Amino acid sequence: MPDWFSPDEWRAVALSLRVSAWATALSLPLGILVAFVLARRQFWGKQVLNGLVHLPLILPPVVTGYLLLLTFGRKGLVGQYLEMIGIVLAFNWTGAVLAAAVMAFPLMVRAIRLSLEAVDARVEQAAGTLGASAPWVFATVTLPLILPGIIVGSVLAFAKAMGEFGATITFVANIPGQTQTLPSAIYAFLQVPGGDGQAFGLVLVSVFVAMAALAVSEWASKAVARRISGA
Amino acid sequence: MGVKGRGTPDFGRMTMQISLQHRFAGFALDVAFDVPAGVTALFGPSGSGKSSVIKALAGLMRPDRGRISVGGQVLLDTDQRIFLAPHRRRIGCVFQDDRLFPHLSVRQNLLYGRWFSPDKSGVSFEAVVDMLGIAPLLARRPQTLSGGERQRVAIGRALLSNPQILAMDEPLAALDEARKAEILPYLEHLRDQTQIPILYVSHSVSEITRLAGSVVVLGKGQVLKTGPVAAVFSDPNLTPWLGGVREAGSVITARVAAQDADGLTRLETSAGPLWLPKVEAAIGATLRVRIAAQDVMIALQRPDGISALNILPATVVALRMGDGPGAMVQLRLGEELLLARITQRSAVQLGLAVGAPVFAVLKSVAVAPGDIGAPPITP
Repeated sequence: MPDWFSPDEWRAVALSLRVSAWATALSLPLGILVAFVLARRQFWGKQVLNGLVHLPLILPPVVTGYLLLLTFGRKGLVGQYLEMIGIVLAFNWTGAVLAAAVMAFPLMVRAIRLSLEAVDARVEQAAGTLGASAPWVFATVTLPLILPGIIVGSVLAFAKAMGEFGATITFVANIPGQTQTLPSAIYAFLQVPGGDGQAFGLVLVSVFVAMAALAVSEWASKAVARRISGA
Repeated sequence: MGVKGRGTPDFGRMTMQISLQHRFAGFALDVAFDVPAGVTALFGPSGSGKSSVIKALAGLMRPDRGRISVGGQVLLDTDQRIFLAPHRRRIGCVFQDDRLFPHLSVRQNLLYGRWFSPDKSGVSFEAVVDMLGIAPLLARRPQTLSGGERQRVAIGRALLSNPQILAMDEPLAALDEARKAEILPYLEHLRDQTQIPILYVSHSVSEITRLAGSVVVLGKGQVLKTGPVAAVFSDPNLTPWLGGVREAGSVITARVAAQDADGLTRLETSAGPLWLPKVEAAIGATLRVRIAAQDVMIALQRPDGISALNILPATVVALRMGDGPGAMVQLRLGEELLLARITQRSAVQLGLAVGAPVFAVLKSVAVAPGDIGAPPITP
C-alpha cells in the first residue's frame, strides 16, 4: 500500500467505494420499478410519488439526513422495529448506504425513466401479439432497450453516492474507520490547521473517481447503443 | 368454448366472427361480419375503421361492446366479460411499420414468437425463410435492411409464432411502388403455400384484387358490402367507396393458352380469348387479371378495323350514372363480370339498358403487369 495516504484516509476511500457500490446495487431494482411506474402508468398519487422521489434533489441535504435520523434512528419510526431484528442504520456504515441511496435515487430514476419513454411502445405490443406475456415483454424487449439508461443511471448514482456529504454526516456522523466517507474525511482535514495537504490528495481521488465514472458511462452506453442499433 | 387440444388447427374450416361497437371522438365503429377461410380483405378509405378492427382482434384495444371468435374460440365477449390478453390470442400481426426488435438479429426476430408458442408443429423455420427469401439476411440487424426486407422479416416473424390467423394491417402502405412489387409475389406464395387464414387490411384496390378471395368493404365505421372480390369490385354502385372512378376495375380469371411469337400472351377466359403483352407464366397456369374500368370501351356491333385486339361479347348487367359526366357499366362476359367507365352521353347515345347485348373492347397494352397475379386457391 503506497504511503502517501494514512490508513484512515485509505479506509475513507475504501468505505466510500463500498457504500456507493451497495447504494447503487440495492436501489437499482427499485429505481427501475419506480421509473417504469412513472413512465408508463397513470394512477392516483402519481405526482406525490414523483415529488417524493425528487425531494432529496431540492431539500437541503442536512434536512434529508435529519429526516432519515427521525425515521431510521434507533428510536425512529421505522428504526426501532429494524433494531428488533438486528438492523442498526444510524451511526453505522449501513446507514451511509441508505443516505447515499436516497440522495442518488432521483438521478437514477430520471435517467431510466427518460430511456423508458424513448422505447417504442408499439414494438412492445408486437411482442405481445407474438405470445409474450407482460413480464416477458419487459424482460426480453423493454429491459434490453433501456440498458443504456440503466447504465447511465447507475453510474450517475454511484458518482453521486461517492460525493454525498450532508445527509450522510447528519445521519451517521463522521467516525474514522466506521462512517467516515471520502467527503467527510476531506471535511475533517479542512477543519484541522495544516490539513489541506492531506485533504488535497483525497480531493484528487474524488475528481479521478468522478471523471472515471463519467467516462465509463459514456463508453458503456455508446457500446450498448451500438449493439442495439446494429450500426 | 374452445377445444383444449393445441394440435394443428383445421384451417380449412377455420372461420372468424367479428362484431364490434366502439365510440371514438367524432366517429363510431359498428361492424359485424364473418371471415371465411382464405384471404379476406378489409377494404376502405383511411378513417373507415379498418385498423381499429385489427387492434380489437389482436387485443390491443378494448371495444365498448363486441364479440370475436376464431375457429370456435372466443377471444372477446363484452357481454360475458371475456377479454383474452394479446399474448393468449395467437393472432399473427403484421403492421404497416414493421415493428421489428432493434436489439435482435433477423434470426432472433424470426424465432421470437416460436419461443412462446407451446406448439411447434406449424410451419418450419426453413420453409418460412425459404418462402420469403430472407436466408441471406438472418445474421443482420433490422436497421441495416431495406423497407421491403424488413416487412418480409415481419411477415416471417408473425408466421413463425404459429398463429391461428394472420392479421395484416396495410403491410405495404409504407413502401414505394418498387418495394410493393417486390413483396406481392411473396404474399401470393404465403397465400398458396400455407393454409393459414389471412385478414388483409388495405385501401389499395390492386393489392386486394391480386391477393384476396373475399372482401369486406368498410366506410365510416360501417360494413358496406361483403362478398367475393370479383362480385364486389365489379358492382358499379360501390364505385364511390372503392377508391373512386379512377381506381375502379374488375377482376377476371383466365388461363394461359399460348405464348405467341410476337410477344403477346393469349389467355383463355370464359368469355373468349384475351391477348395481353407477354405474361411470364407457364401455359396452363391460371391467372387473375385486374382490368381498370376506364380501359374498357363498349360497342354495339363488333368493331371492324380497330387496333384493340380484345373484343368480347357481353351483356349489360347494371348501369349507374355518376354525379359527374361519367357512368359505370357492369358487363357479364361468360362467367366473368367486367366494369366499364364511359360517359353518360355515350350511354344515352348507345341506348344502353340492362340486358342489352354489347361488345367490350380492351386494349392489350392497357393491363399493367402489376395487375396480373396468381389467383387464390378457393377453399
